[in-house]
Amino acid sequence: MRLQPLVLSRFTLTNSLGAGAAATLAALTAKRSGLVPCEFESARLDTYIGPVSGVHEVTLPEHLRAYDCRLNRLAQLALEQDGFASAVAEARDRYGAQRIGVFLGTSTSGILETEAAFRAREGGCGRLPPGYRYRQTQNSFALADFVRRGLGLAGPSLVVSCACSSTAKVFGNAARMVAAGVCDAAVVGGADTLCLTTLYGFRSLELTSSRPCRPFDVGRDGISIGEGAGFALLEKPRPGSPGVRLLGIGESSDAHHMSTPHPEGAGARLAMERALASAGLNAGEIDYINLHGTATRSNDAAEDKAVYELFGARTRCSSTKGATGHLLGAAGITGALISALALSHGLVPGSANTRSVDPALKSRYLLDSEKAELRRVLANSFGFGGSNCSLVLGL
Amino acid sequence: MTRVFIEGVGVLGPGLSGWQQAREVLARREPYHYAPTAVRASELLPAAERRRAGVPVNLALAVGREALLDAGRDPATTVAVFTSSSGDGEILHRMCEALATPEREVSPTSFLNSVHNVAGGYWSIATKCRESSTSLCAHDASFAAGLLETAAQASVEERAVALIAYDQPYLQPLHGARSVHDKFAVALLITPDAGHARGMLEVRFVPRPGSETRMRDPRLETLRASNPAARSLPLLAALAGGESGEIVLPYLEDSHLSIRVVP
Repeated sequence: MRLQPLVLSRFTLTNSLGAGAAATLAALTAKRSGLVPCEFESARLDTYIGPVSGVHEVTLPEHLRAYDCRLNRLAQLALEQDGFASAVAEARDRYGAQRIGVFLGTSTSGILETEAAFRAREGGCGRLPPGYRYRQTQNSFALADFVRRGLGLAGPSLVVSCACSSTAKVFGNAARMVAAGVCDAAVVGGADTLCLTTLYGFRSLELTSSRPCRPFDVGRDGISIGEGAGFALLEKPRPGSPGVRLLGIGESSDAHHMSTPHPEGAGARLAMERALASAGLNAGEIDYINLHGTATRSNDAAEDKAVYELFGARTRCSSTKGATGHLLGAAGITGALISALALSHGLVPGSANTRSVDPALKSRYLLDSEKAELRRVLANSFGFGGSNCSLVLGL
Repeated sequence: MTRVFIEGVGVLGPGLSGWQQAREVLARREPYHYAPTAVRASELLPAAERRRAGVPVNLALAVGREALLDAGRDPATTVAVFTSSSGDGEILHRMCEALATPEREVSPTSFLNSVHNVAGGYWSIATKCRESSTSLCAHDASFAAGLLETAAQASVEERAVALIAYDQPYLQPLHGARSVHDKFAVALLITPDAGHARGMLEVRFVPRPGSETRMRDPRLETLRASNPAARSLPLLAALAGGESGEIVLPYLEDSHLSIRVVP
C-alpha cells in the first residue's frame, strides 16, 4: 500500500557520539567512534561498549520522579536536545494534546532496575527492595508513559518491543494512526540503555566482539553493544514545508529462527521490497542505504545478499554501528535519524573501525565518509524473532 | 471512528477452554466454573522450538490458531499484532536471578526468549508466515492499544489482521511488585469488510476517562480486573450474547476506547 508521506518536522538523537544531532553528525563526518572498553556498572567484560556520558547526572522533572531510572534519564537527556520538546509544545498548541500520539520502542526497557533489585534481595531471596517501582521502570510501556507525561500529550500511546527493529517499526504505527484519522501528528522513537541482561546475554550467544565492532570487515567477529535514544515529531506535510519525509515503510518476518537471520536474507529482502513499494520507488532511485550491519558473521552476510540482489553493486551503503555500537531497541530510530542527517547535510557516512571489506560481500560498501547530494535513503533494522523493518526517507 | 469486522475468535483462560465453550459461558447460557488454564505445548512448532517455548508462546499459538481456523484464514499469509503487558515473566525472573549470582551465567535460550516479541517470533516460525508482525505493550491497557492498532491496520491497509493478546502471572518476588492473576489469552481475526463476519466493531479513541464496562459474573469480573489480556472479556461477552451494545474499554488514565459491537 502507498504511504501518505509524513514530515519529520523536528528530530533529535543522543548516543555515545554525544547528546544532540550535531554531535552525531560531526562524529560521522570525522569517522569517529564512541566505543570504549566495557566498564559498565559491575560488568568488566572482554568487549567494547558505546555508553552515553552524563546520563547519571540527568534529573527528571519533579512530577515524574517516580519514573527515575537510567532509561528515562537517557530519554530526558535526548528530549532536551535540538529544541525537540519546544517543537512538540508548538505542535500541541496547533493540534491539541489529544491529537498527538506517542509511539515508542524499547527492547529491554528499565530492566537495569530489576537486575539491581534482584541483587539487593537479602540472601538472594525474599522481597524486592521497597523503592522498586515496576510500572514506571520495568514494564515495557514505562518509557512511553514517561515521555507522554513529560511532553504533556494525551493521544493514543504504546510501546513496540520487537527487539532491534522496535524503533523503526514505530514509524508504521504513527503512519497508520494518522491515516486512520486518530492522530494529526505523532512522537516516534525510543531508547535502550546498557544493562547486564544484554551484555551477558549476547556474550552467552557468543555474539559480542572483543574489539570495537567492524561491520562488513573480513575479520568481523561480533557486535559492540551501545545505548542511545532518538525521537522524531511526525506530521502531515503542509504545502512547501521543508524537512525530511518518511516516504515508505516495509515490515516482514523471517519465519526462520529466533536469533539467527535467514541465511539468504529472505525476510530482509521482503522488508526492503515492501518499503520501496510503499514509497512508490524502484531500487535505482535509492541513493544510500544505512545498513543494519551489526558486524556478526551471519547478519552482514545475509543482509549483503539481500541488498545485492535488490540493488546490485550500484547503491552506496554502510553501517554506522562501528561508530555508535549496536543500540538494540534504539537501533531503528538511530539508523532512521542518521539517514535524515545524511539527507539534510549531503553526507554519506563511512564505516568507523572497518578496515578491509570482506571480499565475499558484494554490495557497494563505503569505508570513508563522502559528500554527495542525496534525495532518497533506505534504512534497515532487523531483530531477534526474525522481525525486519526498512524505512525510506527522502527530501 | 474505525469500523472493522470480526471473522474469528480464540480464547483460553481459567475455566475457558476455547471459543465454543467460552461463548456459552459468556452469554450466560452455561455456568462458569473456575479451573486453572490448560496450557499445552503447541504441536505447530518444530521439535527444537517446542522444547524452548514458554507459556506465552503456547498461549499465543493456541488462541491464534483457534481464531484463524474459526475464520478459515491461512496463518502463513496473515499479518499479526501481539500485545502483552509483561511478556514472558518467568524468563525475566530466571535472567535476573542468574545475573544476581557471582558467575552471571545466563542461558542463551533464556536470553533469546527474553525479548517481548518472543511469541511473535515463534508464531512466524510455526506458521511459516513472512508477513509483518508486531509486539506491543501499554501496561494495563495492552489489549486496548492492540485493538486500536489492529483496527487501524485492518482499515487503513485493507487486509485481515490477527490480534493476539496474552498475559501470565509473574513469579515471586516480581509478583509482589506487579500482580497479574491466571493465564489468559485471546485472539481476534479482524477484517475491513463484512464477508463472513461474526460481528461488527466501531472503535473510537476518546480522550477522556470513561466508566469501564464490567462483567456481571463476579468471578469473571475478578478475572477481568486481574489480568491485562482479560480486559477483553466484556467485548467477548458482547459478541457471545448476540445483542448490540456499547463497551467502554479504558486506555490510559485520561482516555478510553468506545466500542460499538453489532454481533
